[in-house]
Amino acid sequence: MNWFDKLMPSRIKTQRRRRSVPEGIWSKCAECGSVLYRAEVERNSYVCPKCDYHMRVDARTRLSMFFDEGSGTEIGERLAPEDPLRFKDSRRYRDRLTQAQKETGEKDAFVAMSGELFGMPVVACAFEFRFMGGSMGSVAGERFARAGNLALSRRIPLVCFSASGGARMQEALFSLMQMSKTSAILAKLSAAGVPYVSVLTDPTTGGVSASLAMLGDLNVAEPKALIGFAGPRVIQQTVGETLPEGFQRSEFLVEHGALDMIIDRREMRERLASLLAILTRQSHPIGD
Amino acid sequence: MDLNFLDFERPIAELEAKIDELRFVGDDSVVNLTEEIARLRSKSESLTRSIFSNLSAWQIAQLARHPQRPHSSDYIQRIFSNFEELHGDRTYADDPAVIGGLARLEGQPVVVIGHEKGRDTKAKVKHNFGMPKPEGYRKALRLMEMAARFRLPVVTLIDTPGAYPGVGAEERGQSEAIARNLAEMAELRTPIVSAVIGEGGSGGALAIGVADRLVMLQYSIYSVISPEGCASILWKSADRAEDAAEAMGITADRLRQLKLVDEVLKEPLGGAHRDIDATAQVLKNALIAHLDGLTRLSLDELLDARYQKLMSFGRYKED
Repeated sequence: MNWFDKLMPSRIKTQRRRRSVPEGIWSKCAECGSVLYRAEVERNSYVCPKCDYHMRVDARTRLSMFFDEGSGTEIGERLAPEDPLRFKDSRRYRDRLTQAQKETGEKDAFVAMSGELFGMPVVACAFEFRFMGGSMGSVAGERFARAGNLALSRRIPLVCFSASGGARMQEALFSLMQMSKTSAILAKLSAAGVPYVSVLTDPTTGGVSASLAMLGDLNVAEPKALIGFAGPRVIQQTVGETLPEGFQRSEFLVEHGALDMIIDRREMRERLASLLAILTRQSHPIGD
Repeated sequence: MDLNFLDFERPIAELEAKIDELRFVGDDSVVNLTEEIARLRSKSESLTRSIFSNLSAWQIAQLARHPQRPHSSDYIQRIFSNFEELHGDRTYADDPAVIGGLARLEGQPVVVIGHEKGRDTKAKVKHNFGMPKPEGYRKALRLMEMAARFRLPVVTLIDTPGAYPGVGAEERGQSEAIARNLAEMAELRTPIVSAVIGEGGSGGALAIGVADRLVMLQYSIYSVISPEGCASILWKSADRAEDAAEAMGITADRLRQLKLVDEVLKEPLGGAHRDIDATAQVLKNALIAHLDGLTRLSLDELLDARYQKLMSFGRYKED
């Protein structure tokens, strides 16, 4: 951290865009091991130019890549987590929260915004996987509900990029109830004919996959994302079954009928814009 | 019935063994031991009372999973009449981990659905220890949709370690099946009352547990992950399940304090398995009372109240 960052009040600091890929001119692809020029990786939407591996991206980068440049107003940004159970394992939940907040610059593991996509108003949200594994607690649930409500009242599409290990254990049953809360708002959207597109990214498991992530009018995934209810380790342990090749990867889920399609991140904006325009009976938004 | 005692009940078990011994002696002996037996009986009861007045979350979890704990089928048999079980999800299979059907509750037509764990080894395997696969949740949804169609209230009994974590279950869309139920139950056009009777294991429980009223038996548990699972992730050791159970606040009383549960139903001294008929009666009265309140509401009022209830879940601050 340089002297200027230190002087800046923390409120302003969190406004800055953060990057998940380590700073420096070079970075390494976690999949193929190629040494890559950072600027090129960024230009390529954090997809490895050599092997097409989709690197994990943080919530704000994700949303800024998705919205039209300069658009994006945050929803529920003042919400912050509580510790209703005074939960403590080897460490206190409060301390884990503080650390995650410091490391990510986020108050919780979920960011929601309204903005524009090729000029179409949309609400989009994303999980922050670096924040306690993108786990869904009360703040994520409430932000999702507010995002859904905004989409509902303005009758504009809702898009959610999930990346989460599931419900947050430290908020115990409150977290479980976020599954029904988020699903209830989606039922409202569905009844009102407001489109919801769920984009499942690596990884989406547990309570998040078993609620909001699987309820899209369209369920879309990035290539090779791990998606499932139970994690592969749990299945292996409890059942002792050998897992088939490519089990619980996006391609496997398309094959088994759980997803509509896989979209390469570099085409995500265009393809979703085109799809959403059809669902909302607008003219094709891209061209001229 | 031979009682099966848990570790923390050992002092009670020893007393009960002594009583049995005396009764056996008493049968063919001239000595009158009635008085001694009565004395031990009352001692056993007060000991039980004292042990059960101060149970830890982990001890309650053990009671919730007690091998003699009454299951959905035990309660359905005692609480409902004219029960006709309905099978299958109409798509893939019938999953015996979820049972359900048409029935009457004190004369009133209802649909009742519950997890079923199975009692003996053979039944446990058949019912997959109460761990449903997607077809189980889809059967439950089919029955709930039928209930709404014919304006029948829905009663669900929750008792599962969790949704089945297996290859086939994943292939057939375990996540989607659970998620679908959550969304559909939120808007189901008929009253829903859910009762946790044993183990409320995470999403696998919630998938039949989105309700207008949620009640819990006193020694049942409801949690986002099993204490063992939580311990192995956060403490890096399943042996710390006791600590995890305490930290997550999984017991009925604690969840009532946190306002996540509407009512706690008292169990007989020593737990539901000590007197299944009495427990069933308590549960039956509660179901009737809650359904009675709910059926007085108009459908719009009912659905609005359910929606508000679902939206109210969560604790956060906003500065």
